[in-house]
Amino acid sequence: MIRIEPRANRSRAMDLGIPVLSAVIALAFAAIPLLAAGANPITAYGEMVKGVFGSVFAVSEMLTRATPLIFTGLAAALAFRAKLWNIGAEGQLYLGAMAAVAVGAGWLDLPGLLLVPLIVILGASAGAAGMAVPTYLKSRFGADEVVTTLLLNFIILIFLQMMLEGPLKDPMGLGWPQSAPILDQGMLPPLMERMRVHSGLILALVLAGVAQFMLARSVWGFRLRAVGENAAAARHAGINVKRSLFGVAIISGGLAGLAGVSEVAGLKGYLTADLSPGFGYTGIVVAMLAGLSPVGVVIAALFIASVFVGADSMSRAMGVSSFLADLVVSMSLLCVLVGGFIARYRIIRSGTGRAAS
Amino acid sequence: MMDLLNILMSESFWAASLRIATPLIFGVLGALICERAGVLNLGIEGIFVVGAMCGWMAVWLGAGLWGGVLVAALAGAFFGLLHAILTVPLGLSQHVSGLGITLFATSVSYFTYRTALPNVSSPPRIEPFQPLDLPILSDLPFLGPVLFQQTALTWLAIAMVGLVWYVLNRTALGVAIQAVGDNPDSVDAQGLSVYGLRIGAIVAGSALMALGGAFLTMSAFDAFFFGMVNGRGWVCIALVIFASWRPGKALLGALLFGAFDALQVRLQTEMGALVPGQVFLMAPYILSIIALVIAARSADYPRALLQPWFKGQR
Repeated sequence: MIRIEPRANRSRAMDLGIPVLSAVIALAFAAIPLLAAGANPITAYGEMVKGVFGSVFAVSEMLTRATPLIFTGLAAALAFRAKLWNIGAEGQLYLGAMAAVAVGAGWLDLPGLLLVPLIVILGASAGAAGMAVPTYLKSRFGADEVVTTLLLNFIILIFLQMMLEGPLKDPMGLGWPQSAPILDQGMLPPLMERMRVHSGLILALVLAGVAQFMLARSVWGFRLRAVGENAAAARHAGINVKRSLFGVAIISGGLAGLAGVSEVAGLKGYLTADLSPGFGYTGIVVAMLAGLSPVGVVIAALFIASVFVGADSMSRAMGVSSFLADLVVSMSLLCVLVGGFIARYRIIRSGTGRAAS
Repeated sequence: MMDLLNILMSESFWAASLRIATPLIFGVLGALICERAGVLNLGIEGIFVVGAMCGWMAVWLGAGLWGGVLVAALAGAFFGLLHAILTVPLGLSQHVSGLGITLFATSVSYFTYRTALPNVSSPPRIEPFQPLDLPILSDLPFLGPVLFQQTALTWLAIAMVGLVWYVLNRTALGVAIQAVGDNPDSVDAQGLSVYGLRIGAIVAGSALMALGGAFLTMSAFDAFFFGMVNGRGWVCIALVIFASWRPGKALLGALLFGAFDALQVRLQTEMGALVPGQVFLMAPYILSIIALVIAARSADYPRALLQPWFKGQR
């Protein structure tokens, strides 16, 4: 017989080691698809490392890629802490990006000192509004937020196409469905000469730090954790659960909206319907790898960004499909899930002649 | 107004509704079986992709159409088994595991497709299922063109509604599956295997979901495209709640959704000049959310849904 029992004391080493091990195992598993595609895995891993760490430019590209993932990772981590399943970061990202170009692409010709904060605040608000709706439907009608946020992603994407062919369309865009560019003074300034990495990264890092502090030290963080661990007990202790959920929904949606702001006002300059290759969904993987810790999100985002940038460069060098990166990302999610099980429980074999004590 | 009436009276409209509903019937039935056994399967979106890709590729490699259907079902069952292992004996978060399965199944499908066909500009086509043109029946007025010119997979979907209803309500196995989703302790007390029932239900449900995907590449279209599933799996998850976990109402829900989707396409051509086309494209998703909001209040969730169960631990 096999029995499963919770571990009495979880070790800190395990909490830290398991995500790292999961990432390594997922990367090792990638050898199977690499072999299937007829590539030498050792050469492929070499190309990936070179593609991420081979030059200053490569590292800056990795940091550029990590920036939106920190935002969406934080969005998922905070919401999941309160057991609010925000799977809608992808849509909220686009809401943020739409708000950014709506106000920043010439509608208001303000000096940069005013325009940049305005873009950031409006973008975050748009994302927050995108999460407020499903949270309202959850607390008012009991509609499962997993399904509503997932469906809203599709609705928002279609709305985006409508906007890009309508009110937000660039009149100078030669008919392409894209927005006008954000005014120069409205762009988030770049961090390095001739590199694409921009100050959105600084904003992401600061917010991760703030989130870490608030979660661990503030009353707000205490309430959020209490609601997530046991909503009934939290209610009994006098915590307004609905209000707490609403608060975290606003913050989570706002963070996802900032991912859109950062991509459009930090990197691309104008908005197209393919701004995000699934940053919202990948943010969930980042959050899980991070064990839902904000500082962990930064590390996990750097890892996932390395996988994407490395796989892109390996793909160009060796002709293996860059969908390999998505494979590694999804496998690391499954690995870290199993790893979390090993950290929480131990498997006891009883009746094999040896008393399990 | 006259136009709307004309649309609703036309044979082609109802034939299209049934065609659009077919993958959803498979998907809702699959999700319903998993949830009746107490496990939410958010892997559905990815399992649709796997079914679409594997079914199509098997036919393309020469397995024949029914061979493709079998391959799709087996592939769906495989990813279902993975979800089952993670959520049943290991008792991990059904939400996160399901999303993980969706990401994994989707990327496996896309990677396999790209690796098998590295440089194609237009996707290769197969000879898909043809409408079953039954003599005499097909010539019936109205019903003939609506019902008897659907492909074999649509008939399979309708037959599955009956089969799933029969198994769930009229067999000991079905009673056990429902009990394991409501009160696993009582099932265990009777000496039945909670793990076995739940794992079996998830595997069977996932195989059905994959058939929904296979319908897309083998009947609705004749090729595989990236992004072709386009949220159909998530719509099914909403429809299960709307259907209060009953196969008959699942069929009704899928048909309503299909009719609405067919209607929006026709209204789009009629009114395209007045309203942007995207308004109509959005409508089915908005409708799903509205249906969910209406149904959620009175929803009678399987009582042990989302709750992991460990042997010897109450």
